Amino acid sequence: MNIWLTMLFGGILTFAMRFSIIYLAQHITLPNRVQRALRYVPPAVLSAIIAPAILLPNGTLDLHLSNTRLLAGLVAIVVAWFTRHTLLTILAGMAALFLLNWLL
Amino acid sequence: MNSAKQMFWAGIRAEIPLLIGVLPFGLIYGALATGAGLSAGEAQAMSTILFAGSAQFITAEMVAHATPAMVMVLIIAVVNLRHLLYSASIAPYVQNLPTRWKALLAYLLTDEAYATTILYYKQNGATPLGHWFFFGSGLALWSTWQVSTALGIFLGAAIPESWSLDFALPVTFIAMLTPMLKGKPVIAAALSAGITALVAYALPFKLGLILAAVVGIGVGSLLEERA
Repeated sequence: MNIWLTMLFGGILTFAMRFSIIYLAQHITLPNRVQRALRYVPPAVLSAIIAPAILLPNGTLDLHLSNTRLLAGLVAIVVAWFTRHTLLTILAGMAALFLLNWLL
Repeated sequence: MNSAKQMFWAGIRAEIPLLIGVLPFGLIYGALATGAGLSAGEAQAMSTILFAGSAQFITAEMVAHATPAMVMVLIIAVVNLRHLLYSASIAPYVQNLPTRWKALLAYLLTDEAYATTILYYKQNGATPLGHWFFFGSGLALWSTWQVSTALGIFLGAAIPESWSLDFALPVTFIAMLTPMLKGKPVIAAALSAGITALVAYALPFKLGLILAAVVGIGVGSLLEERA
């Protein structure tokens, strides 16, 4: 029973956060500074998720060449930079990691 | 003028590349949740009620460690704090919609639906049918998340670890971030957020992620103001 209550209350709080400003924006105007700052949400959040995933594979900083996630991440960055193609980038990154793990 | 149907499909199409990263993530969640002791029904219900990948992973982990319900609810809220930022960021584009639309779109507002939708709104502004794009992206993601959760619940243990499926999500985010890196403020925002995330990684409950986002947003805005 506990898990159902947890999910219910957790779900309500999550929805409340997603809904809050979407709903309130009609009644309040966000200041220009805030609106400008919000443009940096996507790059900041994405980068904050990516960096630990490739640089802290086991929870500690790993800059060695044996860190296959870092190498595969770099492959993905290069492919993304030159092709700007989402699907190609994902496939290249996953294939690179698989190959590197197999080789190293 | 585009029809609602066309916009809906455009939203789905924009989401498809991201689904390739989400599908394995859902598989892993399903496997992990049942492994943590949740029943198939509970694991699946969490995907519909919470509908938030990382919070679900952490909840499954907490269930395995018999964490008190109050603590779990609080942690879910903290892990999902970033959705406040998404809500604020999307709000100007949907403010003229009826409340029931806002509620539906808010329920679908996850990392991946936000990513495609904010890109659309930035390129096209607040178009009269833009919410259909949002709805298409969100629904495509929602369906994929439900199906991949179910698949993970039933065949999770059979997926070889050597496939490193958990890497699909960061790689998807790399594919989304790299093309955004134009101009000093954005690059500085991404770099400072990345470095903060590394330094603050040890903080509990993904607080490091939230701190990193705040630092990145601050650095980007400051540089833009000075330019």
